[in-house]
Amino acid sequence: MYTISKDPPKKHLLSAQIDLSKFSSAQFAPATEDEKRQQDVMSESTTFFKDGMRKLFKNPLAVISLIVLVCIILTIIIAPMIVPYSYEEILSVNGKRDKGAKNLAPFTYSQMEQKYIEQGGERFPHIFGTDEQCRDYFIRVVYGTRISLTVGFFASIIVLIIGMLYGSISGYLGGRVDLIMMRIVDIIYSLPDMLIIILLKVVLDERLHFPAGSFLNRLGTSMVSLFIVFGLLYWVGMARLVRGQILSIKENEYILAARSIGAGSARIIRKHILPNCLSVIIISTALQIPSAIFTESFLSFVGIGVKAPMPSLGSLANAARAGLQSYPYKLIFPAVMICLIVLSLNLLGDGMRDAFDPKLKR
Amino acid sequence: MGKYVLKRILLAVVTVLIICAITFFTMHAVPGGPFNREKALSEATVAALNARYGLDKPVGEQFLLYMKGILHGDFGVSLKNGREITSIIKESFPISAKLGVSAMIVALFFGTIFGSTAALMRNRIPDRVIVFFSTLFTAVPSFVLATLLLLVFSIRLGWVPVWSPKNQNYVLPVIALSAYPMSYITRLSKTSMLDALSQDYIRTAKAKGVSRFKMIFKHALRNSLIPVITYAGPQIAYIITGSMVIETIFTVGGLGSKFVSAINNRDYTLIMATTIFLAVLMVVANVICDLLYKLVDPRIKYD
Repeated sequence: MYTISKDPPKKHLLSAQIDLSKFSSAQFAPATEDEKRQQDVMSESTTFFKDGMRKLFKNPLAVISLIVLVCIILTIIIAPMIVPYSYEEILSVNGKRDKGAKNLAPFTYSQMEQKYIEQGGERFPHIFGTDEQCRDYFIRVVYGTRISLTVGFFASIIVLIIGMLYGSISGYLGGRVDLIMMRIVDIIYSLPDMLIIILLKVVLDERLHFPAGSFLNRLGTSMVSLFIVFGLLYWVGMARLVRGQILSIKENEYILAARSIGAGSARIIRKHILPNCLSVIIISTALQIPSAIFTESFLSFVGIGVKAPMPSLGSLANAARAGLQSYPYKLIFPAVMICLIVLSLNLLGDGMRDAFDPKLKR
Repeated sequence: MGKYVLKRILLAVVTVLIICAITFFTMHAVPGGPFNREKALSEATVAALNARYGLDKPVGEQFLLYMKGILHGDFGVSLKNGREITSIIKESFPISAKLGVSAMIVALFFGTIFGSTAALMRNRIPDRVIVFFSTLFTAVPSFVLATLLLLVFSIRLGWVPVWSPKNQNYVLPVIALSAYPMSYITRLSKTSMLDALSQDYIRTAKAKGVSRFKMIFKHALRNSLIPVITYAGPQIAYIITGSMVIETIFTVGGLGSKFVSAINNRDYTLIMATTIFLAVLMVVANVICDLLYKLVDPRIKYD
């Protein structure tokens, strides 16, 4: 701390020395906490997650995709509550089957319905018209979207779990175990996935039986076998990715430190390695969803997708090909839905990759 | 190099064997024998048929017999119409091959052209248009695109005739089949072209006064094509599965549409044979692509 002598020496007229008499000792007092804070020009501390989100929200394409996805998800949650029809319900008026409600154009009513409305009845409009079996098409597209998104989401989760377990064990243990595990991955990777999926799906659809009333039975054999074939084949990409990440993270000093204080392998994988490769894993899981939706729609096209009367976007689009010349909108609605979902998931995934992990290139 | 080639071929052989085993044993897990019809056959007939086709032997031996047959080019007979599967493949595969190869060529050719154009005109209007369409087409399922093409150009406008054995018009099927690989190759070759353009040898070429034309075609494009080769391998797999959809929609009588109808008819021997045939094709194509890639790019190490 400075102290200024009471009696400063006399200063020469032309001297450039600072005239200490002009300063009081108060001016040299240490800054108060308030004043110190004023000097703080550092921005708020940011976490990895916050920083990534900020970058993500600066990307207009990613933001638009996010909005589109949120809109779609809200629609498929809310629409079944508002629309009074169900996806397998054949339309009827006052308990009588409405045979005229076949292949109606969007926002039109059949003759029976028109009469009913003229008599003062209320009828919910058929937003997308109706299909060839007199079912409300809008609700079928909504349920189809639900099924397709569910398939995409759960397939990715299954792939994530299997791939993460396999990849982390293989990468962490290394050595001969790694070699053998990776040879297995190599072989599965070189299998033509689509052909094997078709093959397994054909057989599983015939073989799988679940006790009536159980959860799996409600889901349907075709859905469950879909998850099984995804789980069996698509985890290899994820396993490779996780293994590669772990191999590079394993070399860090903090792993050595954790091991030297006696942490077990499971704890090191769970607490130190996985959190560090989380962003890469989440992004590739997000990018897995559209490919699963594509595969499901392909299988529906070939005729081994989700079983009728349950709709999926693929099976709806496929069914619409029959009356395409007269009712092209029946193809357009599910097709646009698939495109929107896949496009926005792709763009969002790309945006997330750019925001969270600039190193990762596809 | 020799060791790498050997290893790669060995892996391919193992893969092919595994594919054959998976195919054979999953198809045998299907309930009901091949002679289950609505009209029940007498036991003696079934026994005679089983003996005729070797189905009374243990499964392992049947597998070996089947493999032996395949090596001799004999895939057995179709369950539904009793035709020799080898002759079905012989008849329909050339059509699929024609379709697939032309789609691959179109995809590679236009993909690299569009990709390089986008890279050279970065952030200008052509670039934006190309990026827009290539992003859009990766999100359109092939059967939607094919159906729309068929509806608009064949039925509404009547410009392109529909495929028939007499009048084999491949224009629309090739467009529909190549759309996805083309847009993927466009994106890929754009990034690799940008990468190549930022290299030092381009700056050297510019500095010594090489013309822009020569710089692009002799220096940048040749180097940017290398990563595209690696992508051609997986694309062949896409084209083979994609052709199932496209052939069914355009009623092209190739192997793909035969496969789809075999699935719908539950014609198990035909499914089995076609799967093995196509799978071997994909594995071989992948090996060739991998080896070609190593051959073209001397920077890559053989591991």
